[in-house]
Amino acid sequence: MRRKNRNRIPSKIILAVMVLVCIILLFTSYVVNFTSGPIHTIANYLFVPMQKGIDYVGNTLFLNSEESKTKEELLAENEELRIKVNELTDQVNNMELSQNELEQLQQLYKLDQLYGNYEKTGARIIAKNTSNWFNSFTINKGSSDGIEVDMNVIAGSGLVGIVTDVGTHYSIVRAIIDDTSSVSSLITSTNDNCIVSGSLKDMTNDNMILLSNLEDANDAVKAGDSVVTSNISDKYLPGLLIGYVTSVSDDDNHLTKSGKITPVVDFKHLQDVLVITTKKETGDVGVETSN
Amino acid sequence: MLEWKPLIKKIVIIALTIIVCYLLQTCIFSHLSLANVTPNLLVIVTSSFGFMRGRKDGMFVGFFCGLLLDLSAGTYFGMYALIFLLIGYLNGLFSKLFYGDDIKLPIVLIAVSDLLYSFVVYIVLFLVKGKFDFLFYLRAVILPEVVYTMLVSIFLYLILYKLNLLIDKEDKRSHSRFV
Repeated sequence: MRRKNRNRIPSKIILAVMVLVCIILLFTSYVVNFTSGPIHTIANYLFVPMQKGIDYVGNTLFLNSEESKTKEELLAENEELRIKVNELTDQVNNMELSQNELEQLQQLYKLDQLYGNYEKTGARIIAKNTSNWFNSFTINKGSSDGIEVDMNVIAGSGLVGIVTDVGTHYSIVRAIIDDTSSVSSLITSTNDNCIVSGSLKDMTNDNMILLSNLEDANDAVKAGDSVVTSNISDKYLPGLLIGYVTSVSDDDNHLTKSGKITPVVDFKHLQDVLVITTKKETGDVGVETSN
Repeated sequence: MLEWKPLIKKIVIIALTIIVCYLLQTCIFSHLSLANVTPNLLVIVTSSFGFMRGRKDGMFVGFFCGLLLDLSAGTYFGMYALIFLLIGYLNGLFSKLFYGDDIKLPIVLIAVSDLLYSFVVYIVLFLVKGKFDFLFYLRAVILPEVVYTMLVSIFLYLILYKLNLLIDKEDKRSHSRFV
């Protein structure tokens, strides 16, 4: 007696139905911008606690001996301090940047403060993305900690990425080095706008991300200039440091330039990040700010 | 009449396998990456259950593995589910050729499945954006991943094979009771 007799529906029909289900999923997620809905609940209660646990065990196993020796309290304290250090480094960085730019930009934009002292919350990376093609990761804070989609994520020295998906106790962050990411940004020395986009190819070859659409008629942009997020970006807050220009070259059209940027964040050894809980305000603000 | 007990046991065993492999892949192997790649354990699971248990089981295992990936990838929800569904089905076509004690066919099938998965991801998410340098992606991502996945699959397959025997035993026991 063969097992197949038990279910009488032929597998080709099941295949067709399942493919249809997938296509409907794809279609609805594309149209309604729904992402995973009810499955979030499963992930919240099933996977995230386990990932947190394994991450804890994994860190004690794989990290340096300093951590494996210390006791639980010390570990907790250590983590707290590390987040604090990140926060402080970021503050110092912001101060430096703002001092350099403040005078000039105050005149130009009549702004009191460019690099706002945004409210941040520390979070820990508990899982990396499952495929080798993309750079996104899961952090251990979600909507119950006040995280929302489109919040910016930074680590000590610069911009890491943006929250793309939020569950109750976890959220997914897409890094700026991801191949699908692009950020509207600004060269601080010349105030030229450009687009910074991630590239799997350049990241694996020489740890760099791409810069494009730079209009720089006077050839003023040179290697070493710092690149920050631009004021005109929809989702990124202005003035977050992305990296430093490594090389610039003319495009084929001789109007714009493109080049490469070395990001300031060490994405390979990223463990703790800070999520900025202030979101960029957009909408009909665009008309009012023009005066 | 459909017996529930072995069916539930089968579902529990397979579900646990998928969950454990997913957690291994996202939490443990990301620490153990070689040449910047991590092995694709879920392809091993989908492919193995596909050729060990046939098209239907392969499809369902693939569908749920894909859903898990969709959950943490967050690009196009449902894309991985579709790819893995097809991988499970295609591997199911080879279930008649499958004999448990031979490890060559499983390894080859797993490698081909992983290649297929990588090609589809490349075409859907990279080629359409005008990234034509296929040789680079082949060398830097696809081939290392396939090789690493094959290495891991030698060990993982043996475990999956034992699990499959366990499921079969439950099935047979319940059948003999009724026949």
